[in-house]
Amino acid sequence: MIGLSHYLILAAILFTISVVGIFLNRKNIIILLMSIELMLLAVNINFIAFSHYLNDIAGQIFVFFILTVAAAESAIGLAIIVLIFRNTRSINVDDLNRLNG
Amino acid sequence: MNSIYSYLAVPLLPLIASFIVGILGRKLPEFFASSMTISSVFISFLISCMTLNETLNGLILNQTIYQWLLTGHYQFEVGFLIDNLTAMMMVVVTFVSLMVHIYTMGYMKGDPGYRRFFSYISLFTFSMLMLVMSNNFMQLFFGWEAVGLVSYLLIGFWFEKPTAIYANLKAFLVNRVGDFGFILGIAMILYWTGSLDYATVFKNVGVISAHTMQLFGQPVSVITVICILLFIGAMGKSAQVPLHVWLPDSMEGPTPISALIHAATMVTAGIFMVSRTSPLFELSDTALSFVMIIGAITALFMGLLGIIQNDIKRVIAYSTLSQLGYMTVALGASAYSVAMFHLMTHAFFKALLFLGAGSVIIGMHHDQNIQHMGNLRKYMPITWITFLIGSLALIGTPLFSGFYSKDSLIEAVKLSDLAGSSFAYFSVLVGVFVTAFYSFRLYFLVFHGKEKWRLQKLVRHDDHHHGLSPKDNPHESSLSITLPLVLLAIPSVVIGYITIEPMLFGSFFTKSIFLNPGVHPTMANLSHHFHEIYHGPFGMALHSIISLPFLFASSGVLLAYYCYQINLNLPKFVFSRTQGIYRILENKYGFDTFNEKFFALGSRFLGEKFWQIGDIKIIDGWLVNGTARSIGKLSEKIRVIQSGYIYHYAFAMVIGVFLFLTFFIKI
Amino acid sequence: MIEFKDFVFFVLSLVLIASGLSVITSRNPVTAALSLVLAFFNAAGIWLLLQAEFLAIALVLVYVGAVMVLFLFVVMMLDINLDKLREGFWDYLPISGFIGILMMVEMVMVFKTKQFNLPTLSETLPNASNTELIGNTLYSDYVLPFELASVVLLIAIVSAIALTLRDRKDSKKTNPADQIAVKRKDRVRLVQMKSEEKFVKPKAKERT
Repeated sequence: MIGLSHYLILAAILFTISVVGIFLNRKNIIILLMSIELMLLAVNINFIAFSHYLNDIAGQIFVFFILTVAAAESAIGLAIIVLIFRNTRSINVDDLNRLNG
Repeated sequence: MNSIYSYLAVPLLPLIASFIVGILGRKLPEFFASSMTISSVFISFLISCMTLNETLNGLILNQTIYQWLLTGHYQFEVGFLIDNLTAMMMVVVTFVSLMVHIYTMGYMKGDPGYRRFFSYISLFTFSMLMLVMSNNFMQLFFGWEAVGLVSYLLIGFWFEKPTAIYANLKAFLVNRVGDFGFILGIAMILYWTGSLDYATVFKNVGVISAHTMQLFGQPVSVITVICILLFIGAMGKSAQVPLHVWLPDSMEGPTPISALIHAATMVTAGIFMVSRTSPLFELSDTALSFVMIIGAITALFMGLLGIIQNDIKRVIAYSTLSQLGYMTVALGASAYSVAMFHLMTHAFFKALLFLGAGSVIIGMHHDQNIQHMGNLRKYMPITWITFLIGSLALIGTPLFSGFYSKDSLIEAVKLSDLAGSSFAYFSVLVGVFVTAFYSFRLYFLVFHGKEKWRLQKLVRHDDHHHGLSPKDNPHESSLSITLPLVLLAIPSVVIGYITIEPMLFGSFFTKSIFLNPGVHPTMANLSHHFHEIYHGPFGMALHSIISLPFLFASSGVLLAYYCYQINLNLPKFVFSRTQGIYRILENKYGFDTFNEKFFALGSRFLGEKFWQIGDIKIIDGWLVNGTARSIGKLSEKIRVIQSGYIYHYAFAMVIGVFLFLTFFIKI
Repeated sequence: MIEFKDFVFFVLSLVLIASGLSVITSRNPVTAALSLVLAFFNAAGIWLLLQAEFLAIALVLVYVGAVMVLFLFVVMMLDINLDKLREGFWDYLPISGFIGILMMVEMVMVFKTKQFNLPTLSETLPNASNTELIGNTLYSDYVLPFELASVVLLIAIVSAIALTLRDRKDSKKTNPADQIAVKRKDRVRLVQMKSEEKFVKPKAKERT
């Protein structure tokens, strides 16, 4: 039987994958953003699973909002990447250390 | 006089004169400066004489004029204690000051600092009078410090001379060392009796005499410590060994102040103070022994130094040192009245000698080297006669004033049986010989013999055109210089004869100086000698011809006569055979060298170390800059964490989450 | 025999995980983007299994249809040098892999506890469709966050445009910061030159 824990474990695995992905992708900032989307997806799966198993619609409402915000955030993130690329001609994360101490 | 305020005029008149002359003087003629100060000191002198008259009739006045500070249990006030001792000191101080004021008119004529000088010596008169008239230790200390200050100002009067500046700083600093002990003594008195008032302290003296305190692990009597500390102050002010080093150098100042301050008045402040606090000293035999031994050392060894000096003022300066030692020895022998008596006679004849020396210096056009002088009696008769009178008084010629005071002193020391009294007796006796020798060496070299300045080989080009050229003749000084000489010569001769009986053996000092006759029977025995054996002052003079002091004195005079009049080669011969001793004497026993090397250079060395290492290296380098530097270094290390890479920050967050998970998981 | 539903779940989750791995490890960013699309599709499938139909469709429509298209636009627009990109890629794998596996193990440990082992709901089907349910709650209890979400989207639009807007080349607008930062030496240059004519004071009658 597929219980709640299966879905949660699935989401956990997905989350871990995306965290590793953030760390591995130092050279390509777009992949970084994509792993963030994956992270959000994992969290959404969690919410939906809980909403289903606790019979509470609030989880799905929350996913609704997460979706909205994630979309907005990707849009702005990509706009920033375009600007960076315009100014520095590279999307290498390792070059983006101008805010170091 | 009716109220205490009339006595206030005595110190205040010179003070007011000093201020007015000091502030306005430069704009007004010279005559104004001298007349203002001389008249104020003269009025003070008259009032002092009247006061002496009153105290001889039994007046004792102890009154507070002004309460200065009231704090907790202690109160500090300005007040006067007028008794015989005070009145005597007042008369001596104002008289000598008056003589010096008159003398200055002639001596400092033409000096650009003429008015400043008058202002200073009037200020000095004020300070000394406040010192002797005070009725509490605080005012005494005020006067003490004030005379030290004026002494500093006057020694460095010709401040463009570097030697003068060296001398005045030396005087002030050495005095300070003595003052340190003095302050400690006063503080202890304040602590143990709760008051600085003489009357209160002397009343409570019995209370504190029973106490002991711990000092360097040993129990000592409180009274002994207090007395020794007070005497350290006296050592500084009255130039006892080892705090004597400033007095010879103080001869850099003009001669009038050498007479006033460093012969007659300031240096006697220490003696006065010990006499005033005789109730304290009587209770401590240790302190009295200490006083006596120090005095004896000073008396003998300083006198020896006088033998080899070639500067006329230096000879008299070492003579002063030696005589101060005599007075101190008398104090140690519990013969306080003898010490005060010698103080008085010494003030007169030593001031006379200094002023006479000043007259000689003027005559020699400011050449002070006695090896250039000679036969001056032909050219400066008044100076000659008065100088001779002063010298005879100094060596203790019978019937002169110095004889009575010195011989009483020597008798008193002989009769004392404190520890160290035999050494003291030996010192003062040998000191008589030495005193006679150097006094008459000086006299013969200056007033008799060949006129050495005429010798061609002594001609040299002084930077200030000092000295006489071989063709010049010295001439007698003006009236303003010779009048004080004569006026001082009179008491040098007569005052001893007149006042010995009332002062020493009568009731003059009984209310002022406290003696414990049971323990210290010196004065009683002396009185017995005087009355039973000598039958009065004339008898004392007759008796002395067969006494040891007279023998020593006359042999000193004869030796000086022989060395410097008859066989002039003898001194050179002796000198060539005793090079080693001569060098020690020339080096003044090494005190100056020691002070310079150890204290002066040592302080500078310490100061430099504190500056370079303590201040620059440790405080600036490590503490102040070091703190800033270490913060910089620390932040340099921490800065590495802020790499600027997002994935580093994300990873840090992840690790944080992971750690939280690890620590808070409960399976 | 496993039920069909479980089978579907396993298939979907496997593909999801595989595509997730592909996203982070693929060399070609286009491949990565397309893998992400695949992941979203599979996730939508899983959500359908969980009876969240509205959101599943919304995921596909919004996320795949808009956001991933945007991603693909950007990936293809930027001229990326692929070779240099891959240098040192696997350097951080040990440490991040270690941390990742540890995290996963811990989370799995947590999720396998009794509290999370909820059985499937008994089939009390809701009496309305998923959309209706969402709509009911959204517009009654959560109307304010809804409006705020629309503001967020507005801000996203405005900022995306404002960030990347290139000025018209013939625009004459000034930059106040540059104006204030001007120094004297940028504007004034002192030149020393001799005068060309000697100055002659005019005579009195010539002055008018």
